[in-house]
Amino acid sequence: MAIRNHVIVLADECKGCGLCIDACPLNVLEFADALNSMGYRPARYKGEGCSACGSCFYTCPEPGAITVIRNVEGLEKGHCSHCGGEVLLFPDYRDPSRMRCIACHQLLKEKA
Amino acid sequence: MKTSILQKSDSFYDIFTRKGGMQLQSTHYCPGCGHGILHKLIAQALSDFGIRDRTVLISPVGCSVFAYYYFDVGNIQSAHGRAPAVATGYKRANPDSIMISYQGDGDLAAIGANEILQAANRGEQMTVFFVNNAIYGMTGGQMAPTTLIGQKSTTTPRGRSSQNEGFPLRMSEIIATLEAPVYVERVMLTDAKNIARTRKAVRKALIIQVEKKGFSFVEVLSPCPTGWKMTPVNSKKWITDVLARYFEPGIKKDVSEDRQPLIQMRPQPHFNQYHELLDIKSLSDDLQGIPLPEIRPVSDDIKIAGFGGQGVLSLGYALANIAMGHGYQVSWLPSYGPEMRGGTANCSVKISDQRVASPLIDNPSVLIAMNKPSLKRFEPDVQPGGIILYDCGLINTKPDRTDVRILGLRATAEADKLGATKAANMIMLGAYVRMCGFLSEDYILKALPLIIKNKAFYTLNEKAFLRGMAMANGSI
Repeated sequence: MAIRNHVIVLADECKGCGLCIDACPLNVLEFADALNSMGYRPARYKGEGCSACGSCFYTCPEPGAITVIRNVEGLEKGHCSHCGGEVLLFPDYRDPSRMRCIACHQLLKEKA
Repeated sequence: MKTSILQKSDSFYDIFTRKGGMQLQSTHYCPGCGHGILHKLIAQALSDFGIRDRTVLISPVGCSVFAYYYFDVGNIQSAHGRAPAVATGYKRANPDSIMISYQGDGDLAAIGANEILQAANRGEQMTVFFVNNAIYGMTGGQMAPTTLIGQKSTTTPRGRSSQNEGFPLRMSEIIATLEAPVYVERVMLTDAKNIARTRKAVRKALIIQVEKKGFSFVEVLSPCPTGWKMTPVNSKKWITDVLARYFEPGIKKDVSEDRQPLIQMRPQPHFNQYHELLDIKSLSDDLQGIPLPEIRPVSDDIKIAGFGGQGVLSLGYALANIAMGHGYQVSWLPSYGPEMRGGTANCSVKISDQRVASPLIDNPSVLIAMNKPSLKRFEPDVQPGGIILYDCGLINTKPDRTDVRILGLRATAEADKLGATKAANMIMLGAYVRMCGFLSEDYILKALPLIIKNKAFYTLNEKAFLRGMAMANGSI
C-alpha cells in the first residue's frame, strides 16, 4: 500500500520539549536515541501509523520542526541531492512541481 | 480525506538569522514555549487569508521582542507597552494595512496598561494578541500583573499576596466592559483541542480587522516552562488546572455580527497637500527670483552650543533653513534640558550637497561655542582642520587646539551695543556665513525675517548679521 500520511521531525530544529509526543493520540512519536546538534533529545516518528491529525504540528512551538503530510498522492521515493540518499520526497507547498526531501527538508535542485 | 501538508508557513522567513551560526532554522524561544505555537497560528492565518503583504506586526518588549526575525511581514519594534499607540498611528495613515499588536503580560498589563485601554476604548482597527503567562519571562521570572495569588516568582518568593501586590488583572474582562471593542476572547495553549480553539480565535480576530469592523483582542494563556520551573508537559497541565481557574477561557464579548464595517469617510490627502493643509510655507515660495550661488560640494557638520536663551537653537534653525533655501540637504537636531532658560542647549546642523543620512554629529567640522562649558565640552571633538567660533567676551580661556582655525568674537558684547544681547546668535551666523563662503548674503537678508518672525527683531537681526560678517572679515 502506498504511503499517504507521514510526519517529519527535523532533528536539528527540535528542542526536545516533548509536547508533540504528549499530544499524539496514536502514540506514533517518541524521543530519539541520539542528541541533536544543539544538545537536545529530539522527537522522531516511529515510522508508521500516522493518521495526519496534525496534533503534533499545532502543539509544536517551532515553526519548521514538524511537517505533517496528509493523504498526499505525490509522495514518492527518490534521490535527494542534498543528503545524497534514497528518501521520501514530497511536493513543495509554493511550487508543487518541485519536490522536497523528507529527511533534510531541502528543495531539490532539479524539477520533477 | 482532504489532501494537505501541514508545514512551516510561508509567512515565516526561510531562515532565522537571530542566533546565527548553525541555528538558522530555530527560534530563540525556550523548549515548550507558547510563543512559537501562537506564531505558527498567526503566520498560517496570514498566509491563508492572503494578507501577509499588508500586515504590520508590532513586536513588544519581552521574550517576543524578536518576532521581526521570524515573521516575513512588515515589522515595527515599539517602546515598552506602546504598541497600540504605534499601531493607531500606522493604521490611521494606512487604513488598508492589517495591524497586529503582539504583546506580553508585562508589556500590555503593566507598563502599557493605559495604552491598551485607550486604544481599545477608541475602537482602533487593530488586532491585539495578548500572551499571558503570568510571569515576566525574559527578565527572569519576576511577578507580572497577571501572576496568581500565592504564585512564587523571584520578586514574590513567598508567593504573591493580595495585601501586598494586589490581585491579578483580568485584562480580557476589563476590555470587554468597554463599548468599542468588537471581539474579546480568552483561549489557552494546552492540548490539541484548545490549540484548535486558539487557532479559530486568531483567525476570527484577524477577519474582523480585514472586514474593518474594529478592535479585536485575543488573550492567550501560554506556557512558560522556564519561568514556572516545570517541564513543558506539566506546564500545559498547570494552565488547565490552575491558571484557567482564575483566567476563565471563553468569549468575553462578541458583537461582530452587529457591527457594520467602518468606512473611512474623509478622503485621505496626498502627501504633497500637507504643506498647504498645515499652512507651511517653504522659503523658496517667498524668495523666488533671488539669484543663488551654485551648489558646491559641501559637508559641514556644525555644532552650536551655549546656555538656553542665547538663541542657540534659533541660530541652528535659521542656518538650516537658509542652506535648504540655497538647495542644500540639511538636518537640524536640537538637544536641550527641561529648562526654558538657563540650562545648557546645543544643536547639530548638517549641510551637505549629498543627502544627509543621520542628523547626529560626533565630530563637528564647525563648533560655535557661546559659553565656557560648551567650549570645554565640544572642543576636543572638532575635526582637525575644522573651525571653532567662540564668544571671547564671555569665555575667558582660549581654546587649546592648534590644528583648527579659531576665531574669537565678542558677540554678546557687540550685540549689547547694537541693542540687545539676544542678537549675539545673529553675529555668530554672520561670522559663519562669511567664513564658509557658500551662502548668499542677499538671500539671507531677505530670508531672515521669514525665518525669525518676531517683527521686533527684524532690523536688529539684520544689523547683527552684517556686524558678524564684518567682524569675521579681519580673520580670513
